[in-house]
Amino acid sequence: MQFILRDRRDVEKILKKIEKINPSYDITIMEVCGSHSQTISKFALRSLLPKNIHLISGPGCPVCVTPARNIDIALEMAKNKDVIITTFGDAYRLPGTNGSLAEMKNVKIIYSLEESVELARKNPDKHIVHLAMGFETTSPSTAVEILENQDLDNFHIISSHRLIPPAMEFLVKGNNNIDAFICPGHVSAIIGSKPYEKLAKVYKKPSVVSGFEPVDVFLATYMILEQLTTNDIKVEIEYDRAVRPEGNVVALNKLKEVFDVEDANWRGLGVIEKSGFVLKKKFEKFDALKIFDVEVGESVDIKPGCKCGDIMKGLAKPTDCPHFKRGCTPQRPVGPCMVSVEGACNVAYRYGY
Amino acid sequence: MGISMVKITLNEGAGGEAMQKFIKDLVSRIELKKTPDGSGLDKLEDAGILKIGDTNIALTTDTYTVNPIFFPGGDIGKLAFCGTVNDLAVMGAQPLALSLAFVIEDGMEKKDVERIMDSINEQSKLSGIPIITGDTKVVEKGKVDKIIINTAGIGVVKYDVSNYWAKPGNIMIVSGSVGDHGLSLLAKRFGFESKLESDCTCLWNVIKELIKIDGIYSMKDPTRGGLAACLNEIAKKSNVGIYVREENIPVKAEAKVIGETLGVDPLQTACEGRLVLSVDRYSVDKIMKILKKFNQDTSIIGEVKETPKGKVIIETLSGGKRFLESPIGEAYPRIC
Repeated sequence: MQFILRDRRDVEKILKKIEKINPSYDITIMEVCGSHSQTISKFALRSLLPKNIHLISGPGCPVCVTPARNIDIALEMAKNKDVIITTFGDAYRLPGTNGSLAEMKNVKIIYSLEESVELARKNPDKHIVHLAMGFETTSPSTAVEILENQDLDNFHIISSHRLIPPAMEFLVKGNNNIDAFICPGHVSAIIGSKPYEKLAKVYKKPSVVSGFEPVDVFLATYMILEQLTTNDIKVEIEYDRAVRPEGNVVALNKLKEVFDVEDANWRGLGVIEKSGFVLKKKFEKFDALKIFDVEVGESVDIKPGCKCGDIMKGLAKPTDCPHFKRGCTPQRPVGPCMVSVEGACNVAYRYGY
Repeated sequence: MGISMVKITLNEGAGGEAMQKFIKDLVSRIELKKTPDGSGLDKLEDAGILKIGDTNIALTTDTYTVNPIFFPGGDIGKLAFCGTVNDLAVMGAQPLALSLAFVIEDGMEKKDVERIMDSINEQSKLSGIPIITGDTKVVEKGKVDKIIINTAGIGVVKYDVSNYWAKPGNIMIVSGSVGDHGLSLLAKRFGFESKLESDCTCLWNVIKELIKIDGIYSMKDPTRGGLAACLNEIAKKSNVGIYVREENIPVKAEAKVIGETLGVDPLQTACEGRLVLSVDRYSVDKIMKILKKFNQDTSIIGEVKETPKGKVIIETLSGGKRFLESPIGEAYPRIC
């Protein structure tokens, strides 16, 4: 297998085109997908771009934006010996207000949600509570499991599922240093490119859906520069081998069937209007928050000194944080962005910034 | 702070930065770290050196716990034998003999232990290195997972080489594709269909030839933490900057795909039969000729510079430059 979209000769060709149309002023482009953060750092793409073009990471890692409160609730539920908490590995060390799931015994790491459902079927005397997180990419698989297992009474979720476009709008409303967006490839495979229209039309931010190889990211960068220099601001799809403007209609329908969209808290960003997936009333028995009467105190999303909030808003770099690589490491994360391999601080820790 | 409540986690054994720190802390509690004429725990090399008469003797020990115990390209026995032989060989020492100790879980199949023993015997005969002492313990079910093996080895130093000696101007060589061992085990664990096999091999036969040539400054077999940890260790110990080009680092196509799928970087994944050398540029051709005889994938991957001291810089496939860091911990424990 060849990874052709990484080849330096192709990269150099696009870089030449970028240099040709590069205006002299500073341009800040935000990506909102952890896989983009990884590509950019792993292939050291920043080191190749002209100095006035800045690639920054936004709130593109679902683990990072999951509120501490949801972890606190899961930890409280995990004290009940009739409960098994399931989570994907990348959220295992996500700190709540006090501690993470890594410290509890009845927590199981799963690789696919089917395993969690399977666990519920095999353990009818236990309640399986899945910490469901992720954007529009992973939310449909949660929806499908719920639709297909309506006979189950012992499978529940704590939904931290979030919608990306409202967060992008929230950011441009509050932060004027973002000039354009590299829109997420996987999320857009589900939602299509239409939900970004407002960013282009109302907020005048070029928005290009990009794939995950170095050539993709640079091509998207080029398309953004072209829009800016010709003042023709719009939504475009670079990742056309996977994304259609209308998205994945089947998946979108499943989402509509299972979830309502409500205002939701994003760790480090605060409450964002109409940005969270909540189970519809008729699926209430799957909602762990409705089934278990769990009290937790005040939750703390961001610990003193931690800059994860500003980092996800594009106002700070991981290296600006006093905890980075000192008190905060992937083994013992202080802030949420250090936990998952998609988190901006974790990526910067592994590949440098 | 009062009594320390810090618990040891799998990260402390994963071969990355966490393990380095943990080992340093532990070793600092040992006061006598070497014999008067030798080098020992103070250097944290693959083997300690002590002088008997005029002869420099290398002594090393290693413990092996791996899941699964039989894997494509080897088994825990072959791993335990070759790992210790390699620790001696990369110190420029001719291995003389090994010890062998088993901790076996109650209930383990006898035929599996015999199969492991036969595999060790095969390696011993192939390399002509005898096993002259041993020990066996059986523990209650659940106290270990099937079997843990410890081997120690003793050898005579024939060639002066050290990971503290890489010099600016040296050329860096790797003796074959990297990450095969770790990724083939992960492929097996995750049920991937794959032809990828562990590179688990005794390196003495190669090194026996290499040490006839002058100009090798440092020599190391990348194990846990893979090529990245190995290069970083050499850069730190030699206080030099190492530059490598990703396109010149041999990685098998299957290893790339398995790595991409699991989010594991082959450059940060264990090898068990590869060598990383820093060599004088005038000796490169001779050394490459020998290494290529054993493995066609042998490649010049970069060079040693003065700065940045203690760091490894990688030029990625796309041409960008960044630090190549040691892995932090390991998502997948018990690979070697």
